[in-house]
Amino acid sequence: MAKVYIDNKEYEVPEGKNMLEVCLSLGLDLTYFCWHPAMDSVGACRQCAVMAYRDENDTRGRLTMACMMDAVDGARISILDDRSKEFRAENIESLMINHPHDCAVCDEGGECHLQDMTIMSGHNYRRYRFKKRTHVNQDLGPFVKHEMNRCIQCYRCVRFYNDYAGGKDFGVFASSGRVFFGRSEEGTLESEFSGNLVEVCPTGVFTDKTLHKHYTRKWDLTSAPSVCQQCAVGCNTLSSERYGKIRRTMTRYNGDVNGYFLCDRGRFGYEYVNDEKRLTRVAQKNQTSGLDAFEAIKAHLATKPKMIGIGSPRASLESNFMLRQLVGADNFYLGINKIEAEVVKSVYDVLQNGKVRTPSLGEVENYDTVFVLGEDVTNTAPMIALGLRQASRTLPKEKAFALKIQKWNDAAIREVVQDDKGPFFIATPYATRLEDIATGVHYGNTEDLVNTAMKVAEGIAKGSSAGSDFIKETVEALMASKKPLIVSGSGMMSQDIILAAAKIAESLQDAGKDVGIVYAIPEVNSMGTAMMGNAGALEDAMQRTAEDKNTTAIVLETDLYYRADEASATSFLNNCNHVILLDSMENSTTPMVDYILPSGTFAESDGTCVNNEGRAQRYYQVFKPNNDMLSSWAWLDMMINQTTEARPFDNIVSEMTTALPVFSAIRDLAPDADFRIGTQKIPRQTHRFSGRTSSAANISVHEEKPPVDVDSPLSYTMEGYHGNPPSADIPFYWAPGWNSVQSINKYQIEVGGPLHGGNPGVRLIEPNKNGTIQFNGRKDIKGKGQFEVLPSWLIYGSGEMSAQSPAVAKRVPEAVITMSDKTMASKGISEHQLIKISHPKGEIALPVHACSSVPDNVLLVPYGLKNTMGIQFPFNTDLE
Amino acid sequence: MERPLTQHMKSDGTALSLKEYEASGGYEGLRKALKMTPLEVMNLVKDSKLRGRGGAGFPTGMKWSFVPMGEDAPKQKYIVANGDEMEPGTFKDRLLVELNPHMLIEGMIISAYAIGASMSYIFLRWAYHLGAKRIQVALDEAYQAGYLGKNIMGSGFDIDMDLHTSVGRYICGEETALLNALEGKRANPRNKPPFPQVSGLFGKPTIVNNVETYCNVPHILAKGAEWYLSLSQSEGGGGTKLYGASGRVKNPGVYELPLGITLRELVEVHAGGMQDGYKLRGILPGGASTDFLTPDHLDIKMDFEEVAKAGSRMGTGLIIVLDDKTCPIGMCLNLEQFFAQESCGWCTPCREGLPWTAKLLQGIEDGQGRPEDIDILSGQTRYMAPGNTFCALAPGAMEPLQSALKYFREDFEEHIHTHHCKYQHH
Amino acid sequence: MAKEQVISDEARKEIEGLFHHLPHKQAACIDALKVVQKYNRWVSDEALQELAPILEMSAHQIDSVATFYNIIFRKPVGRHVVFLCNSVSCYIMGYEEIYKALKDKLKIDFGGTTPDDRFTFLPIPCLGTCDHAPAMLVGEDLYRDLKPEQLDEILAKYE
Ligand SMILES: Cc1cc2nc3c(=O)[nH]c(=O)nc-3n(C[C@H](O)[C@H](O)[C@H](O)COP(=O)(O)O)c2cc1C
Ligand code: SF4
Ligand code: FES
Repeated sequence: MAKVYIDNKEYEVPEGKNMLEVCLSLGLDLTYFCWHPAMDSVGACRQCAVMAYRDENDTRGRLTMACMMDAVDGARISILDDRSKEFRAENIESLMINHPHDCAVCDEGGECHLQDMTIMSGHNYRRYRFKKRTHVNQDLGPFVKHEMNRCIQCYRCVRFYNDYAGGKDFGVFASSGRVFFGRSEEGTLESEFSGNLVEVCPTGVFTDKTLHKHYTRKWDLTSAPSVCQQCAVGCNTLSSERYGKIRRTMTRYNGDVNGYFLCDRGRFGYEYVNDEKRLTRVAQKNQTSGLDAFEAIKAHLATKPKMIGIGSPRASLESNFMLRQLVGADNFYLGINKIEAEVVKSVYDVLQNGKVRTPSLGEVENYDTVFVLGEDVTNTAPMIALGLRQASRTLPKEKAFALKIQKWNDAAIREVVQDDKGPFFIATPYATRLEDIATGVHYGNTEDLVNTAMKVAEGIAKGSSAGSDFIKETVEALMASKKPLIVSGSGMMSQDIILAAAKIAESLQDAGKDVGIVYAIPEVNSMGTAMMGNAGALEDAMQRTAEDKNTTAIVLETDLYYRADEASATSFLNNCNHVILLDSMENSTTPMVDYILPSGTFAESDGTCVNNEGRAQRYYQVFKPNNDMLSSWAWLDMMINQTTEARPFDNIVSEMTTALPVFSAIRDLAPDADFRIGTQKIPRQTHRFSGRTSSAANISVHEEKPPVDVDSPLSYTMEGYHGNPPSADIPFYWAPGWNSVQSINKYQIEVGGPLHGGNPGVRLIEPNKNGTIQFNGRKDIKGKGQFEVLPSWLIYGSGEMSAQSPAVAKRVPEAVITMSDKTMASKGISEHQLIKISHPKGEIALPVHACSSVPDNVLLVPYGLKNTMGIQFPFNTDLE
Repeated sequence: MERPLTQHMKSDGTALSLKEYEASGGYEGLRKALKMTPLEVMNLVKDSKLRGRGGAGFPTGMKWSFVPMGEDAPKQKYIVANGDEMEPGTFKDRLLVELNPHMLIEGMIISAYAIGASMSYIFLRWAYHLGAKRIQVALDEAYQAGYLGKNIMGSGFDIDMDLHTSVGRYICGEETALLNALEGKRANPRNKPPFPQVSGLFGKPTIVNNVETYCNVPHILAKGAEWYLSLSQSEGGGGTKLYGASGRVKNPGVYELPLGITLRELVEVHAGGMQDGYKLRGILPGGASTDFLTPDHLDIKMDFEEVAKAGSRMGTGLIIVLDDKTCPIGMCLNLEQFFAQESCGWCTPCREGLPWTAKLLQGIEDGQGRPEDIDILSGQTRYMAPGNTFCALAPGAMEPLQSALKYFREDFEEHIHTHHCKYQHH
Repeated sequence: MAKEQVISDEARKEIEGLFHHLPHKQAACIDALKVVQKYNRWVSDEALQELAPILEMSAHQIDSVATFYNIIFRKPVGRHVVFLCNSVSCYIMGYEEIYKALKDKLKIDFGGTTPDDRFTFLPIPCLGTCDHAPAMLVGEDLYRDLKPEQLDEILAKYE
């Protein structure tokens, strides 16, 4: 700890911080722009100027940038002294010289860091009377809007996009007063993390294009803490609504998961919630719709039919659990195929019964050596890739620390690091987007990769390695590391890959390393559903209904045509006597069922999901829709109890945690619905919310009674507690004087650190110190054929929901079969040529694309696009 | 009077060839240095009180001593010569590289030996095409003669040297921005600390000195510290200095004189006094980014301490003379437009403040000034004071302006009140 | 459809020759731009695209560097560039007279290129020859102590 003095008050602060961090962590208000808690200091904007004094006898002081000043013992500054106050106001005045003052038409207005800082600095009257400089704006694609004239040149955008996220198609151009931030040529931003520019930019240069289409001011949004549904990482989000439509997604800080950032699929993939294809009414095939149909369902259930339930990795734990309660554990199946079920189960097994701990995503960046096996992380779990990018600098950064460069001195560290990369090895079936930070890469089919991994594991166990240079180098690097990280996942749909990765981690643990293992898995609640116990897979359910046609199937949030091939899905649906579907969106399954119950998505429901780390996370309903939609668990509860109103969420959770003790920690995951601050709930709306008395005036001039939320401590309106709510449950960021996302500083114990009261979520899985994984190498290779067909993953496209969002849909590439140049040449196939390949359940025809990284015995087919859904990977095939 | 830097230069304007340089005692200093330990070389330079000729006058030997030495020190280290010389009114390094490039090369080799560098770069401003050609010839000669390359002169010491010509921008002269330019990047300056001596070019220990600074080193090695100190008339430092003058003086040019001669001697004797019909109004003593001095200051010594005491800086020692027929506001406007254009665009005060300053001056010069503009201008000089900006460019830019506001205030007021400029050219 | 190559093989070789003495290729970025300019007079978008793989950088990254500097031209320039110094000593010594004369003769202002592509006219900060102000560069040739009367003769040397 260091003793520092701020305006003559003494504070004890942790070592190794700069004065700006210290001030903000102490809750003191100090203006800044270029500093960012995840990107540290460069000292460019000069907005955090304070007076620094040598000692208590120094009365003159020296103007100093707090962000570049070490908070060492005895450091002494003043924020309140007149000269530094004046300087900060002058600096704002300077920034305003070229700023257009267009707050009234700016999407950032009302949550603009520049507005906040301007007011905080005290500057108000501008003396500049000359022409302002202007810039041409660029079309940066479907996600991010560009308005360069609002730029205050803090350089945060380039520092995030290029330095932090590894982007190469964005930058700063020109110099002096003309510096421009954008692209060399207009065009779509390529980075998977471009949306963070919206939050990183302190003003309205980069704004959310999807929000702009149906723009609403921040203060008019109704928001709730949510969890991203687009992959198994479960990044924390804030989801916001107005007039029954979700308007945008923003990052909700969680130091243990996504920190300050989101990927673009997560940020912009929300729009399906507003789609016309949403199911909004209870419906009975060819008959009446509306709540009568629900009575008909209940009447049917009252006859006690033979039931099976198909659960879903994209539904909440509570919904899956209630389905299991309705149909009975023996009749509960998971709506995923056998291979996927097996793979996810192995992951759970390794994390639960193996000896190696899986770190949180927040911890990933602290590892010093990385080995990625079989996973295209950027496309399957993008935020893990962003964490790995930081990890690749862990070791090189040590060189800078050895020169006594402070850990917050970003530019100086980058100078010492240069292009150095920490040991980072990738063994995958094709080149991934992390290639640029890799120190070694190897491509192979499943067999090859499993063998490679097993040789690495063996090499570590023996302390000496044999095999290719890649293997030797990997072993050496892992052996030399202090804190190695093994990354793998379900991308290749291979249990062997999962287990081989586990063996490497285990051997490192045995060698005394502080090793971690991270798996990417398919969906937001894949882990949660795997933890529910031994449920059968979709094939098992199909088998059963084929045998016993007198079955009522209750299908939860599953498009059978997405999960299985067309023929199997159709015969399953035909085999069932009755099919009751709970889902949120029209799809190929919906026309085939007898009853439809409209389920809320994350936006219209409450629930808990368990992410790839085994972290249970709660998401809250954002708004009450004006139709029949309910949380699936609520429908199921009413079906079980033959009621017209579901029990509150807390009751469901308590029933679940009693029945399934693996989930017992979830009881304390979030405050109960009767949680109050004083007597007040936490409002989902800001205290400036407007238009309340008129927003429904087209329906009735009487102001409606606001809906009551019995499921959570949140209220749907602006009524409630107006101070800072518990940090883990904030529906929107706001603190007095801080309207922008930067107000998060006020919710953290120290800036960039955990939230007051701890980061959201509870870990349900911890390793078993004495555990060991049984695996001795590749099992039988399935199928015949010269080529192994593996899925290639697409951040925009692979997956059921996000691609339904218009902005994301624009980024979905054409489906192609990818193969090596050599294969193409030997088979006489040319680029773009349409070819047909057969898979175990049918055929698929797609144009061909050549890629030099793909092994000669591998073909790639994109996973989960409209024209490739239902294909089960991997399989073997021949090319004629 | 000894003029070690210039006395052997040829009057026909061609460069000294290697042979000619050697004949004039060239590479003797290097020969001596290689027989000494690096530490001895460093100490000798310290004893000579050589101070940086790039503008700030930092003691050169002391600067070198911050480079990590010994076993644990990084293996790769760099020596860089700052020949950017884009400070308006400065043209001394041009003379050195055009007429005697071997002196620079020798100085750099000795310096590299002192800090244990094995690679060195000459960073030369773009416009010096002739200088670049001559340096390249000299480098080739030095490689051929074995002064550069592996195991030079059998000493076991390896040193390579490359010429890098800039692509224009004044900020490249700022030593850390220069390093970024050498790395092929945008030339934004870097924060100090860490200083280049610790983390410089490519993150490795690096010494950046001015061209003239290096040119002194061979002589110090050859003739010793005592001799070098005796050349100077200043307490604060040793050696001669390349002074110079431009503007309406009779003999504009560069003159090598003892450090510490008086400003009067410089103006009246060496520069030959004012051209007929012109009166002296002000002097920028060391380039565009120094405060004006007035005829009242003529008796100060041109060394780092005395000029500072008079409220300015010695800077590069090349004076720019303002006469009575040139508009001081026009001159300030010209300077501030230069600085505004050359701002790198990294920090707020400089990027935004300098263009505003230039526009205010333009307004005043065009007869559209307002009385409050003078306050705004002096506010700007405080806003961009040293320490407030990221590097010294903007504070440098404020120096002529703040002193003009002091010494030529009546001109500002007259422009504003009469709405026009009375000088014939602006 | 093979696109026409704008960076010649010769230029390419010269760029590759820059990499020795440098720890990584990006460090040669500025020098490579100079080489391109030496052969092509200016740096076109196509040139950036071709330079990118040679330097192992993206075209965006190269452009970020290119646009920082004064003497890298991202727009076409004429066969000869006339750089007139407009800094302080030349100001005192009356460069404005030369400026007006050049503007009249070339019929273009600063930033312009003559329709016959012969001259591009640009201002340049201090040429470091203040003792012989006013001064200008035409291409790489320095002219000092300029008088308006000399301009015709000087310009005539450049085709
Ligand atoms: C804006 C700016 C421009 C500079 N230009 C030059 C220059 O052209 N040549 C030079 O030697 N030093 C220049 N300097 C000073 C250098 O940063 C550095 O102090 C000098 O090269 C050190 O050399 P010395 O110790 O030998 O004087 C400049 C500084 C600033 C802030
Ligand atoms: S003062 Fe700031 S903007 Fe100006 S040149 Fe220095 S760093 Fe760049
Ligand atoms: S936040 Fe400190 S200089 Fe920008």
